[in-house]
Amino acid sequence: MKATAAKPLPHPMEDLIRMDRIPHIWCSGCGTGSVFMACLSAIKESGIPYNEFSMVSGIGCSGRGAGYINVDSFHTTHGRAIPFATGIKMAKPDLNVIVFSGDGDLFAIGGNHFIHAARRNMDITVICVNNLIYGMTGGQVAATTPHKAKSSTTAAGNPETPFNLPLLAYASGATFVARWTMLHSRDIADAVQMALNNKGFSFIEVLSPCPINYGRRNKEKALETLRLYHDNTIIKSNADLSELDIDFKRGVVLGNFINKEKPSHDEQYSKIYHAEAG
Amino acid sequence: MTRKAIKKDETMVFWRDPLDSDDIHVTRGVVHIIEERCKGCGYCIAYCPRKVLERSKDFNSNGYHPPTVKSEECLDCCYCQLLCPEFAIFTVEAT
Ligand SMILES: Cc1ncc(C[n+]2csc(CCOP(=O)(O)OP(=O)(O)O)c2C)c(N)n1
Ligand code: SF4
Ligand code: SF4
Ligand code: SF4
Ligand SMILES: [Mg+2]
Repeated sequence: MKATAAKPLPHPMEDLIRMDRIPHIWCSGCGTGSVFMACLSAIKESGIPYNEFSMVSGIGCSGRGAGYINVDSFHTTHGRAIPFATGIKMAKPDLNVIVFSGDGDLFAIGGNHFIHAARRNMDITVICVNNLIYGMTGGQVAATTPHKAKSSTTAAGNPETPFNLPLLAYASGATFVARWTMLHSRDIADAVQMALNNKGFSFIEVLSPCPINYGRRNKEKALETLRLYHDNTIIKSNADLSELDIDFKRGVVLGNFINKEKPSHDEQYSKIYHAEAG
Repeated sequence: MTRKAIKKDETMVFWRDPLDSDDIHVTRGVVHIIEERCKGCGYCIAYCPRKVLERSKDFNSNGYHPPTVKSEECLDCCYCQLLCPEFAIFTVEAT
């Protein structure tokens, strides 16, 4: 049988990408680009005009996301994506504000901002590319690095226990909580759409390989990490959130766990402070 | 991009051919590869549900081996397009 290879046309997502910045910095085998792509496809499929979106990132490899998307976006200082996003949302409540950032950025230096934005039910969507490590700076241990995993600062294994991010998000007050892997592109896109529809704080954790700074030290090539995502995950949206620790031997639980209604920060705020205007 | 849903489970091999498979119209896709943009991660090759792609023997100017199309079985499911971290591969419905 003769194979069909066609002449290159423009990629259908190019209208949403700042093509003058491509190729991006992400390494071969890095999953961040796949998460980014799933997120772009959700934005495209939502049918919402692009000028009604804003993306905010902090610092890190995944934090480059804001610099590559072709909507109004902010590449902020390390850990501060959520406060910037909060400011944008307060000033322009009609915008769909998406935070696209890393586990280190959102949960180590930025951890306090995360819990307070969730507590306020700030109407923003936070997508965390969780590669279990500080990728950009050379693979230092993160608040998400699994117990016993090797990093450049825990050469003999991590003595600490990582966060269970969906549980943390829920306990802090998030009203939409999901976890997928970068292999679950459709599910990520669906979760992003659900998050955009949720009037409140939405959190999507996406597991993603960093073959350079996590995989290399833990003897896991990118395609081996993807195999774990395929073979050792369980989709269970009604899971008990306290059982969501990341342990691929036991099976990592994925799903859209929480989707509930609660007045958002802007609703509560305008009820009290803009009452006469409404 | 239009939604041509492929559920996770379909990324595995098809266990049997449906009895009426001859009567059913199957959407076909044409694969487009932007070779210069590829970083050779192999995601698209490993996860295409129809094993349409293989690693090219040629390499691009960065030294990466892009995928190449080896069969006409593309379903236009767009999974390679969604998974590719480099925006280097996409499909369009065959006419
Ligand atoms: C105030 C401040 N402290 C530390 C750093 C160094 N730094 C840059 S990125 C980063 C961690 C990034 O990790 P993560 O958010 O998980 O992103 P990844 O690179 O893994 O995608 C750190 C500590 C910085 N840029 N600014
Ligand atoms: S260092 Fe890791 S997270 Fe950063 S681009 Fe490379 S693979 Fe991705
Ligand atoms: S669209 Fe891509 S993943 Fe789907 S069958 Fe065709 S080549 Fe394979
Ligand atoms: S997924 Fe993209 S970057 Fe990776 S091998 Fe395929 S075309 Fe190349
Ligand atoms: Mg990280």
